[in-house]
Amino acid sequence: MRGRSDLLPILTVLAGLLVLWYLGAIGLNGPVQNDMYRRADVVGVPFTQFVADTWNQQRPVLPTPHQVFAELWNTTALVAPTVPRSLLFHAWVTLSATLAGFVLGSGLGILLAVMIVHSEAMNRSLMPWIVASQTIPILALAPLIVVIGFNVFTGTFGVPTDPARFISKAIISAYLSFFPVTVGMVKGLRSPEDIQLDLMRTYNASAAQVFWKLRWPSALPFLFTSMKVGVAASLVGAIVGEMPTGAVSGLGARLLNGSYYGQTTQIWSALIMASILAAVLVVAVGLVERLVYVRMGARPA
Amino acid sequence: MTIPAVVSATDLSLTFHTSDGPVTALSDVTLDIKKGEFVSFIGPSGCGKTTFLRAIADLERPTSGSIEVNGQTPGNARKDRAYGYVFQAAALYPWRTIEKNVALPLEIMGYSKALKAERIARTLALVNLEGFEKKYPWQLSGGMQQRASIARALAFDADLLLMDEPFGALDEIVRDHLNSELLKLWKETQKTICFVTHSIPEAVYLSTKIVVMSPRPGRVTDIIESSLPAERPLDIRETPEFLAIAARVREGLRAGHSYEE
Repeated sequence: MRGRSDLLPILTVLAGLLVLWYLGAIGLNGPVQNDMYRRADVVGVPFTQFVADTWNQQRPVLPTPHQVFAELWNTTALVAPTVPRSLLFHAWVTLSATLAGFVLGSGLGILLAVMIVHSEAMNRSLMPWIVASQTIPILALAPLIVVIGFNVFTGTFGVPTDPARFISKAIISAYLSFFPVTVGMVKGLRSPEDIQLDLMRTYNASAAQVFWKLRWPSALPFLFTSMKVGVAASLVGAIVGEMPTGAVSGLGARLLNGSYYGQTTQIWSALIMASILAAVLVVAVGLVERLVYVRMGARPA
Repeated sequence: MTIPAVVSATDLSLTFHTSDGPVTALSDVTLDIKKGEFVSFIGPSGCGKTTFLRAIADLERPTSGSIEVNGQTPGNARKDRAYGYVFQAAALYPWRTIEKNVALPLEIMGYSKALKAERIARTLALVNLEGFEKKYPWQLSGGMQQRASIARALAFDADLLLMDEPFGALDEIVRDHLNSELLKLWKETQKTICFVTHSIPEAVYLSTKIVVMSPRPGRVTDIIESSLPAERPLDIRETPEFLAIAARVREGLRAGHSYEE
């Protein structure tokens, strides 16, 4: 069985990481712990007690896995997902903006690719701008989009603050995710071989028929690969979009708040929630990919 | 009564502009192909045999001279769907079943559902692929894939079949088998076939007319009308007539200096 043989290496690496994490916690939290002992005039603490204390501080520099997972448990399972104390509440705020941005970005990416493949003028005029757009650090651009977008949406269009914030984040998400989709789809739509295009020509097929019967199905493997990259980028975009403008909800806001108030455990639990979301999103795209391939009669791997 | 020419080329020349300068792929080719003929084009690489086939199909544009297909320009003939083209590779769509692959030209040409089903059944029977309708290309051998691609070219019942080394990638046993099947198919359907090949026995076995070509520049060096009977079992290839024609083809190839470079 493939599944079982995959599991052992993964678990080994995981165990190694956990060991490193706990060791690191001793080193990083040790100085603070010693300070605490000194202030409390405690001397002669046995080493095992010292280690246990560094692993269970209130505000550790590096929280230990069990602290992070306790925080995760307390903020997900033990509170209703509708209140701002729940991490699930924040995860959903981020996820919804991510999904909106991803759909927007993928749609835009596909549209751009179709235009680029079908028109040499578009290819020459659009492609350099598309590449240039990704050379600007998103951290420089995000506050701009959020602030300007937020003001335009609430001011000019009279959108309430929450949807306006949502749209601004989705735009940043889309900005990050359209690029891999465009590049992948341009390659995919150009992937049919010459004889397959010649064949369509011998049938006197229209451009639309060539597109739907040949280019689009040929491009699907490229689309799914780039969407996996795109969906992860969307999540990063949404989180970055939550950091400026004092947003109060979302994983990005949790990260920022955690760092303001020295709540490292909160930062780590938000980080882990973000990586769980990313994994779920990538796996979800992979599942859709598998379903599509089965419907397209792919040879079973 | 004269048999009408399906393809008629006069002083046809075609030059490709490559980064290494112009390459003359075809030079002053004059040739008539009559309805119902089986014409093979044989010659070494670069002799322009595939280019000539592609010029008939309006996949290449001649530089000078004229070529007519069914009495019209190749472009108009293509728009009339006057021919079916079989490429060197089967080029089946991997995401379509065999019957859907055969249906591809019919979908593009807007055939009705009933007519589509009828054509698919008939052409798959012609190439002996009944029972494989729901299979995907990867489930078929190379020879069967190429037969499916022939079925696809026959599906819309064009009178002219252009075949560019269709069996070139197959082993000799499969090739022999497909050759005799192709002859049978040609007799049943009465189509005009233009067939590009590298193989002398294949050309002699199949054709009513053999066009021998040579490279640099691509030109016709000999046109041989075959004297072989219409009925051709595979062992006709050991008869003196067959060997005589094969010898003449070889002679024509040698005359083009194609093997001395």
